[in-house]
Amino acid sequence: MNFDSFEQPTISIPSNIPCFHASLGTVEWQRAMDELKEIGATFLTLWGSDDRYPDDCDRDRCFSIHAAFLLPEGALVLSHKIDAIANPTYPSLVRAFPAAARLERATHDLLGIASTAPDQRPWHRHDAWPANHYPLRHDNLEPRTTNLKPTPYPFVQVEGDGVHEIAVGPVHAGIIEPGHFRFSVVGEKVIRLEERLGYTHRGIAKHFESATQADGHRIAARVSGDSTVAFAWAYCAALEAITATACPTRATYLRALALEHERLANHLGDLGALGNDAGFAFGLTQFSRLKEDLLRANVETFGARYLFDTIIPGGVAADLSQPAYAHLVYLYRMLDHEATGLRTIYDNHGGLQDRFREAGHLSRDLALQLGAIGLAARASGIAHDLRADHPWAPYDTVATEVVTETSGDVAARVQVRFREIFESLRLCRALLAELSHTSVDATPIKVDLPAARSGRLGIGMIEGWRGPVLIALETGPNGQIRRCHAHDPSWQNWPLLEYAILGNIVPDFPLINKSFNLSYSGQDG
Amino acid sequence: MLNTLARMIRTGILTEPWPAAVTVPSAVEALQQDLWKILGRALSIRHVDAGSCNGCELEIHALNNPYYNLEGAGIKFVASPRHADLLLVTGPVSANMEEALRRTYDAIPDPKLVIAVGDCGTCGGIFGTSYATRGSVANVIPVSHTIAGCPPTPAAILGGILQAATVRVGA
Repeated sequence: MNFDSFEQPTISIPSNIPCFHASLGTVEWQRAMDELKEIGATFLTLWGSDDRYPDDCDRDRCFSIHAAFLLPEGALVLSHKIDAIANPTYPSLVRAFPAAARLERATHDLLGIASTAPDQRPWHRHDAWPANHYPLRHDNLEPRTTNLKPTPYPFVQVEGDGVHEIAVGPVHAGIIEPGHFRFSVVGEKVIRLEERLGYTHRGIAKHFESATQADGHRIAARVSGDSTVAFAWAYCAALEAITATACPTRATYLRALALEHERLANHLGDLGALGNDAGFAFGLTQFSRLKEDLLRANVETFGARYLFDTIIPGGVAADLSQPAYAHLVYLYRMLDHEATGLRTIYDNHGGLQDRFREAGHLSRDLALQLGAIGLAARASGIAHDLRADHPWAPYDTVATEVVTETSGDVAARVQVRFREIFESLRLCRALLAELSHTSVDATPIKVDLPAARSGRLGIGMIEGWRGPVLIALETGPNGQIRRCHAHDPSWQNWPLLEYAILGNIVPDFPLINKSFNLSYSGQDG
Repeated sequence: MLNTLARMIRTGILTEPWPAAVTVPSAVEALQQDLWKILGRALSIRHVDAGSCNGCELEIHALNNPYYNLEGAGIKFVASPRHADLLLVTGPVSANMEEALRRTYDAIPDPKLVIAVGDCGTCGGIFGTSYATRGSVANVIPVSHTIAGCPPTPAAILGGILQAATVRVGA
């Protein structure tokens, strides 16, 4: 991969998809952002690291900022060194990639390195720890003061005749994750929405630093519970790439089966909830029943309803039992049949379609501009799916069809889910057929990983049900983790909701919000 | 419309018997009667996510599916703590949710029950105590019952809720 703005050629780094890396100076960094924007790169993530290791001679004793992008050739990771002076600063990405804004604010909260962007409000830090405590700095001790008086968060004010604010959250009226929404409305119409998230911040990045490489997948699995398979696989893919370990073929099929089951479970659940939010409780009953059937099949096949810790470094925790094959064949046929019938009912229900169509509209242009990713992007006509664009094992053996819709409204996000269910079921059948060809006893499902050299950076990227999940893993000495950054696609897609809601009425917010169904915990970290 | 009705009839009633915590055949009816006697209405639950990974939420959601049919036992989730008898809390209590959790707890009228759901809520789980988490629900508000598991199954959550309600009603 070569770029005009880079002085050095990029080098290949370990990953499950083609991945390249370059270290850039300040001017190069700024030029690179413009060039990447120009060629239509997709912004993936941003993270910082504290490289001021006094005992480590291969370090430059500085901070680093890293940004990852997706291009047709693969992923590109750029690193930029920042001198460890009093107020370390780096050139902001926001002008070229607006999706980086919240990540830059979060990076400042965790590491004390600031971007040059105008918005410097804290993101993860809600005054529960002091402003001068940067958790990811190695020389920072645990804060003593914990009961700080919260300062009010300066939401952007909308002024004018008849404008009033509705504050919602962090505790919501339902079984939902916490987050705050500030609506500015005139009558029923929303003229501005501002999100404030970070309530479920658990210090994931800090926890990784005290974990070993061998058990880091357990933390990755708990970044966002509904995407546990995607995160655990991304972590394992990064570690396996760093140690040049090939996961056994049978284990890759089992991993993909688990990932598709996760996609199915979430899509089924969402379709039910979307029907319910539009006043069609029948949909919730039917789909929640199908989801429960799938989860119960998971118990028989993988030994758990939700597949926490099913994927482990080097392979998977358990193989399918013999009776599972027949059960799964039956399950896929049943789900296919039922989902087809329910789709007809949804499509032909006038009241439901009236709520779905044109609600929460996000045009393709705006989606591209904001850096939309995953399912939400596909519903606005952006055809990206890692399983098809950069297939890793075993997706290189089963061709995946990228599902896109063009209308960009709630109806489109409903249709993408329906069609992805059928595509996912097709993949499940193909994966199951491959699994039934190889004997359970003769094939290993796990290999041991050799020790990883210290200071190696690896990237794991998996297309979860919501979009691409990314793990950037840097190894430390003695099997430790020096830095691990877990990125959920919700980071990019939360800001989409602020635009999709504009001009809609407040009562449509739950429906529009659900059509994106973004993760709070995945974004909060 | 006919298609929808036909599907409803074909699906039938899927609700299953209650879990082991209330095995006596008439236990559900007895519980309903007790709830009625004490409260004069359904048992109302408020849920607060205090830093969960959303795994526990998925399983709490499942309680409302037709197999478990929580509302069938006269137990329902409510939108306001002011309407609640029981608080269901998940997560290792993130520092950012500590204040909101306390306020929700304070807003529930006495007498109130608190159940910590999941390994995180019970003992901090994989996250424990750090700059960002308080370690367990009991470190922040008084907890009457705990339901372990990562995440606990709907049957376990249902069993825990029924047990807490029965003890409360019986007390």
